[in-house]
Amino acid sequence: MRDKARLAGSEGPGVALAMRVVTGMGEAVGATSLLDVTGAHVDSCLYHGRAGLDFALRLAEGGAMVSVPTTLNITSLDLLHPELYRGDGNEAAAARRQLEAYEAMGCRPTWTCAPYQLEARPGLGEHIAWAESNAIVFANSVLGARTGRYGDFFDICAAVTGRVPAAGLHLDWNRLGGVVLSVEPRRWDMSTSLFYAALGHVVGGRAGALVPVIQGLPAKTTEDHLKALGAAAASSGSVAMFHAVGITPEAPTLEAATGGRPLPTEQITDEHLDAAVRELSTGSAANVDAVCLGTPHFSLAEFGRLRQALAGRRAALPLYVNTGRGVLGDLQARGWDEELSALGVTIVTDTCTYLTPILADAIRTVMTDSGKWAFYAPANLGVDVVLADLDMCVNRAVAGRVGS
Amino acid sequence: MTAEVPEGPRLVLTQPLSFWGGVDPTDGSIIDTHHPQRGESVRAMVLVMRRGRGSSSSATVLAECLRLGTGPAAIVMEEIDEVLAVGALVAKELYGVDCPVLADPVVFREVVGPSLDS
Repeated sequence: MRDKARLAGSEGPGVALAMRVVTGMGEAVGATSLLDVTGAHVDSCLYHGRAGLDFALRLAEGGAMVSVPTTLNITSLDLLHPELYRGDGNEAAAARRQLEAYEAMGCRPTWTCAPYQLEARPGLGEHIAWAESNAIVFANSVLGARTGRYGDFFDICAAVTGRVPAAGLHLDWNRLGGVVLSVEPRRWDMSTSLFYAALGHVVGGRAGALVPVIQGLPAKTTEDHLKALGAAAASSGSVAMFHAVGITPEAPTLEAATGGRPLPTEQITDEHLDAAVRELSTGSAANVDAVCLGTPHFSLAEFGRLRQALAGRRAALPLYVNTGRGVLGDLQARGWDEELSALGVTIVTDTCTYLTPILADAIRTVMTDSGKWAFYAPANLGVDVVLADLDMCVNRAVAGRVGS
Repeated sequence: MTAEVPEGPRLVLTQPLSFWGGVDPTDGSIIDTHHPQRGESVRAMVLVMRRGRGSSSSATVLAECLRLGTGPAAIVMEEIDEVLAVGALVAKELYGVDCPVLADPVVFREVVGPSLDS
């Protein structure tokens, strides 16, 4: 059998290493067999220190190449706008070496945490190996594709071998809901970006290891809303999949999402959502000196909403928006990049303002509409954060510093 | 990945922890501003936590901690976490550092006792 031959080194030491990691994972999760995947999304390209680079070089120098179409997650650098990076030069050089190793193994240099915004995306029931917590939850929930909650190292090993353990969310019965969360706000507006960020934070805290079934979301809930919800839930919790009844493909009805089993139901009310905003806000709105949007990467539709919210007004505060270079191409085709730049918007590609030294040192308090940005930035960057709706973020950026 | 409860000092986490954004690899300290045990260190501890949380990058951060000698001695969980399991696996491959990851609900209960409710 090919798996065994590869373990024994039939395709070189790089493939053998990848195969050891895949079978080691299979043992860890108690899988009795492996299955084929049609694609992979690799987070391991992001530099966090020597271990990530050592592993990439061990694979690449061992002759490993990806065997399925493979996209790459964000980097710690803005490759298109290197002048935005304000960090250490040695670290940047190591990060660049790591990226080159992944490109040499045949991965596509997409540099986005939102691979579901690319032209080819996996379909319902398709087995894939995706890393990046927000992409995992989006693939399972919104696309109905099937991926485990994979991390760095495993993603590239699955891409090289095209194999993953037959376990977890690859299997029908593990995809059924385990708890029903009934969303019943009175005051909250379910069309705002803030609602989905706050709801995601609550869902992550409530779901534990179960697949949550969210009931009560409006039929017009957009993919961008679900992206915001999933990203926040995968930050505050370990959610790798949710169902939204009547919205996501495996939840046309409550019965379909639960497999007809009676489940405990918990209400999510205004008070829970209010508490989420408080938990995610460490600073005061009066002190905001920059605005960061686009975590996960802003979609074209979100840029459309940003333009509406700006309505031709110029941002007085630094206003950063992260996006993928694919979406940047769409912006350029419409002339929106120049228009937004003229209004004071800094478009950051290939990376994210919450992990890499891009923000000026003077920036101490940041407003964002992203639950994920709000969750991680205080520890990563040492800034305070205020979570707010997109419109409020834009109005704050336009109004400038309080008292100035 | 192993059947025996590892010996040594234990750090029982009252809430799951994401290594990325949650642990500083230079010294093993918990830096997650939302975590109730912020400021404690995972270094050389038998880290007991119900499940994983958060970022896919936690695998790399765990491996980096193990490379630098700031990582846990072992991890005991109620259910397996793919992200941490692979981080430990790769640290063993690259550096020969052993950090057994034990996932077993019965052992987990035994280790934490009845008090942990997160």
